[in-house]
Parts: sequence; C-alpha cells; structure tokens
Amino acid sequence: MTLFEGRELDCVRGERLVFAGLGFALPPGGALLLEGPNGSGKSSLLRVMAGLLKPAAGALVWGGRAVTEDPEAHRARLHYVGHLEAVKPVLSVTENLSYWAKLRGASADGVPEALERFGLDQLAGVAGRLLSAGQKRRLALARLLATPADLWLLDEPGVGLDVASLQRLGQEIARHRKGGGRVVASTHSALPIEASETLSLADFAARASAEPVW
Amino acid sequence: MTAFYGILARDLRLALRQWMDAGLVILFFLVCAALFPFAVGPEPNLLARIAPGIIAVSALLAVLLSLERLFLADYEDGNLELIALSPAPLELVVLAKVVAHWSTTGLPLLLATPLIALLYNMPADGLPVLLVVMALGTPTLSLIGAIGAALTLGARRGGVLIPLLVLPLWISVLIFMVGAIDAELAGLSARPHVLFLGAFLLAALPLAPWASAAALRQALE
Repeated sequence: MTLFEGRELDCVRGERLVFAGLGFALPPGGALLLEGPNGSGKSSLLRVMAGLLKPAAGALVWGGRAVTEDPEAHRARLHYVGHLEAVKPVLSVTENLSYWAKLRGASADGVPEALERFGLDQLAGVAGRLLSAGQKRRLALARLLATPADLWLLDEPGVGLDVASLQRLGQEIARHRKGGGRVVASTHSALPIEASETLSLADFAARASAEPVW
Repeated sequence: MTAFYGILARDLRLALRQWMDAGLVILFFLVCAALFPFAVGPEPNLLARIAPGIIAVSALLAVLLSLERLFLADYEDGNLELIALSPAPLELVVLAKVVAHWSTTGLPLLLATPLIALLYNMPADGLPVLLVVMALGTPTLSLIGAIGAALTLGARRGGVLIPLLVLPLWISVLIFMVGAIDAELAGLSARPHVLFLGAFLLAALPLAPWASAAALRQALE
C-alpha cells in the first residue's frame, strides 16, 4: 500500500514560521480535512503538497520515496484546485477545460463527461467571462474529472457553490475515494465528506509561535 | 509535447480573440518609426541612411511594449499555477509561450517592416537583409524578454522594471541587426553580422526558457 506522507514539515512565509513539525499519512482512498483559523497555513500546506512551495524543513514522501526525487511524476499524479479559478475570460467553457487537459498531457476526450457531471454541459459554448462565480468554481472542479489523478488537493472547494453543487462535489469525492484516490481539502464550512482524518493546523502553529525563527 | 501544443494553441487563440493587443503593438511600431523625421529633419539622404537604426529601435520598443502581458495575465488569474503543475517540464511550456508571443508580435512586425523601409526610401538592395535580420533578431528579443517578464512577476512596478532589465541585454542584438544592413548598403558582406544574430538566437533558445522557468517558480512560491 503506497502511503502519501508528510514528515516533520516546517513552512516559513515571509520570515514567519507558519507551522512546524507537521506530519500526516494518507493511504489510498483516504481523505484529510485541514482545519484551522485564517492564516494557520492551510493553503500553504496544500501548496507544499503540490510542490509549488518548498518546505523549510521536512519531506514529502510517496510510497517510501521523497517526491523531490521525481517532481514530474508527483505533478502527474495530483490535481490542485486553488482559490483562483484560472478561467480564461475569452475562451469558452469547453476550450478552457480542453486546454487544461492538454496541459496535463492528456487528450480532451474526458471533457464532455466532466462538464456533464458538474452540470455545465448546457454552458459548454459560453465564454468564461459570462460565468457566475459558482459556475467558474464548478468549471475549476471539472478539471478533477477531465483527466484522472490520484491525489486531489482542494483549497476551500465549496466556496461559492450552491447546495446541489456541494452535494455533487461530495458524491464525486466519494466516488474518487472508492476508486482508491486520495483527497486533501481545506475548509471552514462543512463539506459533505466522510473524513477519515482531520488535521488541525492550530496544533502545529501553537508550537511554532513558541520559538521564533529570527 | 501535448502540453507544448496545448499552450501554443491556447495562446494563439487568445491572441486571435484579443487581436487589438497585437494590433496596438504594430500601430505603435509604425507611429514610433514615423516620429523620427520630425525630430531629425526631413532630409531624404539622412533619413535613408538612418532607416535601419530607426526600424531596429522601433521594433525593440514595440516588443518591449508587449512583454508585460506575456506572463502577467496567467499569473493573476491562476493559470500559471496550473502551468507550473503540468507534468511537462516548465522550460518547454515557457518555450511554447515565447513561440506564441513571437508569432503575435515579432512576425507581424516583420511583415510591417517593408512599409517603414519604403517610407524612409531605404535602398531596395538592403530589403532582403533587413527581413533576414528581423526574422533572426525578433525571436531573440522575445526569448530574452521572457526572462525579464518572468523576473518582474509579483513586483509592484513590474511594467517599469522590465525595460530596465531587458534593454541592456538587447544591445548586442541591436548592434548586429543594424550592422548587417549598414554593411549590405555599404557594399560589404552582411554575413558575419547575420551569423552573429543566428548565434544569439541559438544560444537564447535553450538558455532563456531555462532562466524564465526558474524565475516563474520563484514567483509562484
């Protein structure tokens, strides 16, 4: 069983220690919910997991091997949905999603189904600038389904979603986990996820503030 | 390579839908080049003599004008994160963006060049070399410019910083662009100058995407 692990992770943002000594282990099919007040480092941890941010100390390990050994393989097995939807205003919904699929080296075959599953099939030809905030978020989430990836990193995925879409997101996450996929999500509001584990960032921040970096 | 073509196709499609951006660059090139006679006087011999320099400097400024939007839009709307998370090497994706940038600025500039040469009554024998020089020089400008555009992401006054970073690096390209045409018009061989421009392009082709990608990773941290 390949575990996705974080070992003794420290994160420094702008000369401030955000969290220290953070560890986690995520088996296939597992879900990790990140909780904590604003500024406790939920987004930073997700960016560290994605490889966008280098941890100040510690290591990310996938199946016993550090992800820094082969960052391209790590990028190929993850999806990251951040605060920004990354929707191009002049491209249509389909064009946006097809380009994202190609960016991951995949074909655009999965695009129509992904749009349908997030209820965007009626909007396929609509330009990105005409979408509402919730529709943009759904388009960003449709990336998860357009191309397969083992690890989903979701930063506040429920923001702007209506109740039905939130339910849909919960169903897709459950389905992804049933297939052996992993999910890490940060959240303030309740997400319809049966979490196998909850990571409270505040626990690691408390230790961090005791010993300033500089 | 799917990622390379995906980015290239997207950027070309974006440029086509927002064709005013590229159009403004060409318009700037023409207006800038047409400005010089007002400053140096309407002496036909003088204007024909300085035409190569005017064309090269105007092209440089026009490319400069277009550099800021190379990465900034993708940086601000979050696409740059997705690009950096693509399994393809970031250097390759940067190269695709630079190719798209050149196709929508350098190539139209190249096509507008004969118009300026005609305007200045530049001797017709110089025109083939002028086009060769522009064809070799403008991709190098785009490549070097990408480094500046990537380095200034996230800076407060990025638009002002880019010229300061990029213009000094462009000087050698400028010298050999103008040198080639001057040599041709003086009856000498333009070959050494053209070879130098080719060498610059070949050196920038691997080095510039590599440096830009490093700067982009830094900007995303």
